[in-house]
Amino acid sequence: MSNHSFIAGMGIVSAIGNGLLANLQSLSTQKAGIGEMKWLQSVHKGELPVGEVKFSNEDLASACGMPANLPRTALLSCVAAYEALLDAGWEKSFDSRTGFISANTVGGMDKTENFFKEFSKDKAAGKLIDVVHHECGAITELVANHLGLRHFVSTVSTACSSSANAIFTGARMIRAGLLDFALVGGADALTRFTLNGFNTLLILDKELCKPFDENRRGLNLGEGAAYLLLASETGLKQLGKKSSVIIRGYANANDAFHQTASSPEGTGSLLAMKGALELAGIHPKEIDYINLHGTGTQNNDIAEGTAIRILFDGSFPKMSSTKSYTGHTLGASGAIEAVYSVLTIQHGVIFPNLRLQTAMKELPFQPVTQVLNNQKIRNVMSNSFGFGGNCSSLIFSAS
Amino acid sequence: MKIYIRSTGNISPQHSLDTDAFFLSREITNNNYFKSIEPDYDEFVDSKTIRRMSRIVKMGVAASMTCLRNGKIENPAAILTATAYGCLEDSSSFLRRMIEFEEKLLSPTAFIQSTHNTVGAQVALVLKCHNYNNTIVHRAFSFENALTESILLLKEGIGPVLVGAIDEITDDSHAILSRFGLYRNSSVSAGEGAAFFLLDKEPGKTALAVLKGLHIFYMPESEDIIENSILEFLNKNETTMEQIDLILSSHKGSFKNDELNVQSSDSFYQGKPFFPFKSLCGDYPTSSGFAMWMAAVILKEQMTPFWMEESMPPYRNILIHNCSNDTHHSLILISKL
Repeated sequence: MSNHSFIAGMGIVSAIGNGLLANLQSLSTQKAGIGEMKWLQSVHKGELPVGEVKFSNEDLASACGMPANLPRTALLSCVAAYEALLDAGWEKSFDSRTGFISANTVGGMDKTENFFKEFSKDKAAGKLIDVVHHECGAITELVANHLGLRHFVSTVSTACSSSANAIFTGARMIRAGLLDFALVGGADALTRFTLNGFNTLLILDKELCKPFDENRRGLNLGEGAAYLLLASETGLKQLGKKSSVIIRGYANANDAFHQTASSPEGTGSLLAMKGALELAGIHPKEIDYINLHGTGTQNNDIAEGTAIRILFDGSFPKMSSTKSYTGHTLGASGAIEAVYSVLTIQHGVIFPNLRLQTAMKELPFQPVTQVLNNQKIRNVMSNSFGFGGNCSSLIFSAS
Repeated sequence: MKIYIRSTGNISPQHSLDTDAFFLSREITNNNYFKSIEPDYDEFVDSKTIRRMSRIVKMGVAASMTCLRNGKIENPAAILTATAYGCLEDSSSFLRRMIEFEEKLLSPTAFIQSTHNTVGAQVALVLKCHNYNNTIVHRAFSFENALTESILLLKEGIGPVLVGAIDEITDDSHAILSRFGLYRNSSVSAGEGAAFFLLDKEPGKTALAVLKGLHIFYMPESEDIIENSILEFLNKNETTMEQIDLILSSHKGSFKNDELNVQSSDSFYQGKPFFPFKSLCGDYPTSSGFAMWMAAVILKEQMTPFWMEESMPPYRNILIHNCSNDTHHSLILISKL
């Protein structure tokens, strides 16, 4: 694959911290961010733990210079996107060759919920300011306008795999020579809409989730945002930077089995992982670590595990689900886990799967349960699978 | 590399599933609210599956199936859907119940079908298609960005690509959009539709037209920039304004349901005949899909509907200029085979 996308900068805000350093520290010290909700106002408070970002909307707004009355997803997005640009040393003069491709799943739903309280009784009621940023694309544009990114702006929404798809959309555009820089990733804030939606599906764990455990009971929802600034070789020169990590492979496939459930054999997951390996031109043996989708639901973990059992038969890489730290951040998860995958390569450290007690009976492997330092990691696979059968895998490699 | 529109499938407020009917009749709305003319869905998917689908999903699936049938393709190499608003009916319904029942005793159905990728997912599910699948949700650039992705996939050798533009209008969304004053100017009605296309590097036996060029520009600061962007775009695609035979425009200047004749006064278009396509499909962010369908059938049939006057064949090139909120401009150039 020519025209590689180099990782030139990253930014992140999640339940385990604001910024790369805070996240790295929490991951290395096995500190999860899941617990009782503080900002989200729901009747399920005290009953359902969540991976909430510890900052109020006011805190986030003052960190990025946006008004605090905007949807929380826009604020989270802006904080992380800004860090990625700063980290890379990106300048506004590069705008004409920069794309901004962001993902989210419910746009400004947190505000729309407020609007509907009045509107559902009377169609002339409810403050319009609460629905003006309802669309997913509106969130991306708020951030694009704030950061001065005008050249190519787009939004992807494929449920839980959204930001993985946004990431490789940028890589594809760089590969085709359309862009020199692509700020890619995603954001989602916790909302009552998604919390109740997942709750009706009976897949939320009332305790802290245990991905890939025999006795797993479901997932915890989380929130956050993460972005990577991808640069072409030309872009990297303009930044005057070196980069040690590239996106080497990516693929997207559809499970075509059920609107919400994964096929038991993990067809879509297997096709996505295989496709990413093919594009990267590497053998399964060369993958050193997999950042699992690993939500903690019965269905996901067995489907993903089965696909890995088939594809990596005999030489299982080290793996873990970092959702045990952050919760499942939906539209942000692919990007948050992409950032963790890059940190894994940059720092030679594998972050463990928390709270794993009993390995799954059906699988001949189990995730890592201790921090592993001084690892030589060349290739990392990051999986994101979602509703609608949308499955994506990314491969990050040492350059 | 040439990109062919091998086939189309379009459900809209006009008789667009049947090209002949489209050329011979025209639907007008009297109440600022254009709804799609929906087919008998049992022709497309078994009735049990159809019953579970919301209206936007039914429209999307039926338009996709029509497109694939017309193109004589069973499974596309990629499915791309573009929607600005997503599945509004199910989102509203889940929100209402969540508020009314105070987050208790909710059923998952509406939530499950509320995600923006539901149409693309259901198309894949009906086809049992495991191939590439993505959903773009970027306001009035949703469809255009999905086209950009389609073009890149085709260049990488992944094709044919099924790509569609789809948005629905509901009572709730219409009430909200009206309060924003979107339709206060009586020249614009709200609309909706599902327009799907099979794009490929090869024309096959069914191709209608060629997708020759595509360009978007966001928040142009002046009218000069708009005019220059159009000229640069044509230049880049080795086409002159002289070679453009018709412009399908969202331009609101002379845009009234009772003024359906082709206008030719706009300065951007240098006196070229132009037709306000939103007078047929209504106003919605992905309506450029409807315009692309209209351009393709006009080029294929070498005729315009009888109620469009002034413009005369032959039709070689049709330029689509969509502009939404004065912020999102797109240009799509469709050419004769």
